[in-house]
Amino acid sequence: MAEIIHARKSLATNPLKSSTPLGAALAYLGIAGCVPLLHGSQGCTSFALVLTVRHTKEAIPMQTTAIDEVATVMGGAEHLEEALLNLTKRMKPRFIGVATTALMETRGEDTAGDLKLIVARRPELQNVRIVLAKTPDFAGALEDGWSKAVTAIVDEIVEPHGPSVPLYQQVNILPGVHQTPGDIEWIVDTVESFGLVPVVLPDVSGSLDGTVPDHYIPTTFGGTSVDAISRMGRARHTIAIGEHMREPAEHLAARTGVPSTVLPTLTGLGPSDDFVALLSEISDRTAPARLRRQRSQLLDAMLDGHFHFGSKRIAIGADPDLLTGLASFFTSMGADVVTAVSTTANSPLLANVPTGRVVVGDLLDFEDSASAAGADLLVTHSHGRQASERLGIPLLRAGFPVFDRLGPMHRCTVGYRGTRNLIFEVANIMLSGLHSHAPEDFVHAKPIIEEIRHAGATSAAH
Amino acid sequence: MTDALKARIADVFNESGCDKNQAKDAKERKKGCSKPLTPGAAAGGCAFDGAKIALQPLTDVVHLVHGPLACEGNGWDNRHASSSGPTLYRTGFTTDMTEMDIVMGNGEKRLYRAIKEAIARHDPPAVFVYATCVPAVIGDDIEAVCKHATAKLGVPCIPINAPGFAGSKNLGNKLAGEALIDHVIGTIEPDIITDTDVNILGEYNLSGELWQVRPLLDHLGIRVHSCVTGDARYREVASSHRVRLNMMVCSTALINVARKMQERFGIPYFEGSFYGISDTSDSLRIMARMLVERGANTSLTPRTEDLIAAEEARAWARIEPYRAALKGKRVLLYTGGVKSWSIVAALQEIGMEIVSTSVRKSTDNDKDKIKALMGGDAHMVDSIPPREMYAQLKRGDADIMLSGGRSQFVALKARTPWLDINQERHNAYAGYDGMVELVSELHRAIVNPVWQELRRPAPWEATDRDTERSTLLETAC
Repeated sequence: MAEIIHARKSLATNPLKSSTPLGAALAYLGIAGCVPLLHGSQGCTSFALVLTVRHTKEAIPMQTTAIDEVATVMGGAEHLEEALLNLTKRMKPRFIGVATTALMETRGEDTAGDLKLIVARRPELQNVRIVLAKTPDFAGALEDGWSKAVTAIVDEIVEPHGPSVPLYQQVNILPGVHQTPGDIEWIVDTVESFGLVPVVLPDVSGSLDGTVPDHYIPTTFGGTSVDAISRMGRARHTIAIGEHMREPAEHLAARTGVPSTVLPTLTGLGPSDDFVALLSEISDRTAPARLRRQRSQLLDAMLDGHFHFGSKRIAIGADPDLLTGLASFFTSMGADVVTAVSTTANSPLLANVPTGRVVVGDLLDFEDSASAAGADLLVTHSHGRQASERLGIPLLRAGFPVFDRLGPMHRCTVGYRGTRNLIFEVANIMLSGLHSHAPEDFVHAKPIIEEIRHAGATSAAH
Repeated sequence: MTDALKARIADVFNESGCDKNQAKDAKERKKGCSKPLTPGAAAGGCAFDGAKIALQPLTDVVHLVHGPLACEGNGWDNRHASSSGPTLYRTGFTTDMTEMDIVMGNGEKRLYRAIKEAIARHDPPAVFVYATCVPAVIGDDIEAVCKHATAKLGVPCIPINAPGFAGSKNLGNKLAGEALIDHVIGTIEPDIITDTDVNILGEYNLSGELWQVRPLLDHLGIRVHSCVTGDARYREVASSHRVRLNMMVCSTALINVARKMQERFGIPYFEGSFYGISDTSDSLRIMARMLVERGANTSLTPRTEDLIAAEEARAWARIEPYRAALKGKRVLLYTGGVKSWSIVAALQEIGMEIVSTSVRKSTDNDKDKIKALMGGDAHMVDSIPPREMYAQLKRGDADIMLSGGRSQFVALKARTPWLDINQERHNAYAGYDGMVELVSELHRAIVNPVWQELRRPAPWEATDRDTERSTLLETAC
């Protein structure tokens, strides 16, 4: 349906993208007892860390191999080894997720080979699981990094299919990078309401949901345990959310024989129905009363909310899967997606986005297009705030990063409940900008003066 | 790394204006002051980060980052350096290098085209081009591209050669200063020159702090020609070489600029601070004295003394209402450099107790001042590992911690009041008014009843509340 346009320019102005290694680090943060380690110069970690802290309002464990001038010339293996040893000693993680950066990939380093040798010769690293994802900044964006990290975790940790008896009630959930702890909580509740036991990989609802532990923990606190990951082969089914989770889902299926389904999004009535129908099928149970009630509430929200969506002009700037999901949601409520800007073209679903063209570009493309199209609402992450101010168009914050609002981690926009929330959120933005009418608004309703005179004259004559 | 960049770094490390450096012998000085980073235990930004911090507050130029996405994409528009006009500096520009650019060696071409596109759209007075690791590794010559672009496009293009792997944030500050000295300062003649013109170096106008201090200088008839780089315009910085005096703040971030301006243009400099009441007064005093020495009207001296007396009295009068609530409260001060002692003095003045203060980034001179203020060095700490810091706060060793964003959550998770005093803060703490603001913020943080609320036991925790509740129930019956 949509034409994919690659902006032909050398300059990116106001980047929409967040980097690939950052996506990988976010995925690693959903593993229990973890420290993500970016293999690059210390700035690579510092920028990613600061942005993640601003988004989550949490202390984030994230380390660097601190590549310096010498390592840039001689190779980074020694720094990688030293970093692994140092952080194992200091932070005692159970899991270290390594993500390479543009610097190391430009040098063409064999980091996987280096890592293998390091682990083999260092007894200190025996009790920590180490996973590597190759994530240069120059290829892809947040969704790609997240997906690559999850794939790497599956390949490294999940035990291959064996004769072990399957735990019939287990369902694997592979959430996408834009699923918040709030989203995951709904997903987990819903899966459990069918008598199924979910294993979520990665599970940021355990680690980035803002708990206040009563002692100091240098690694992630909560998240998917390495043991649970290793036993993902016991599940009856794997449900991946977002096209970018297809690759890890396929790896998991190939490794364990567990069948998988990729759902493009969980936002909207239709997608929520698909999810519930799938759970019903897997569990062989009908939907519980609670869920039926939630669906009914969503229908009511759609009835109350549709007035504020119909023919509204929406501009969306987001990573491909988030863009696809939001665009379908807005369209299903009667709005028109007039601007769609994506960070990459790495999803086949982009062509199905219900709009004329999807531009692979930056927030300047987004701002220019939204302005030209006369958008009523901007939907993108917090960096859209400048465009929103300049254009005087309200901004719905969606995606990563959201650093100028509290609570992005608890925002739920999936399933019946989340879709209901999202409808209210959008409708309230529209309501607060609701025009209060004045006589001037009705100038076009004024009859032509000559006719009145004429009519008046006629009646007077009678 | 190119030889030119290596030589430049060696030169920066050999800074003769730096008092730490002066204390070293020739051999030690040659080694430079870059502490080797520990992989797996490092914190803080890279040289590129430092260069960007020092220059980004220049409001009307295009700041173009040549590299793959992360360098600019993960960090743009993330500080509160304020502008009185242009907003171009808050726009993120990057070449967002792709695999193709790297494999095909198209980096330089892409950079040139990006410069051209930025100029066509924004018509800036200059383009600042930042190198990053990847183009440095593949050998993109940003200086050559900038030279070519300047000639061809008629807009000064300034190369800032501070790729991340070159070193720390602090080194990046200085490399940014080098770029200003080499390519910007002295390239335009100022329209007006007065005998009280000063520059302020190393002030970034975070949350508008420059504006908090500027009225004092205006009142004295001292004209700030250029602030490097807070709320600065390109023209001001480019014509900043005719002033009478440079004031250098933020410890030694731009000391190389101060020293080289002295060598090239004969402008003397002094190191001062606008944090703390007595520091502000000292800075004004020194500024007035040095301006008079350089020919300003001698009435400046008594006028400065009058202003100091009036402002100090006014500040203390405004702080007085908070004194009772803050007296005896214990502060853990975890910051670096010059801020340590200037804030220590102010907090002690109102009767607060300093549990400890970090001296990680402080010079020996800073440390001496702290020793004098606190009667020994018992309370000086180098750095506190987060685990230890959490334990201290959890034990209740301090009533509040003042630090930067990095340790924010250590304090908050220990359910201890915390106040941001680093660059990400939203409040302005400079000058006399700033210190009043700081005290009022301290007060606001400490007296908030939320801290009692937060320490309430949960209903399922076996506590006195159980007995309290059963008593309540009994009385109800």
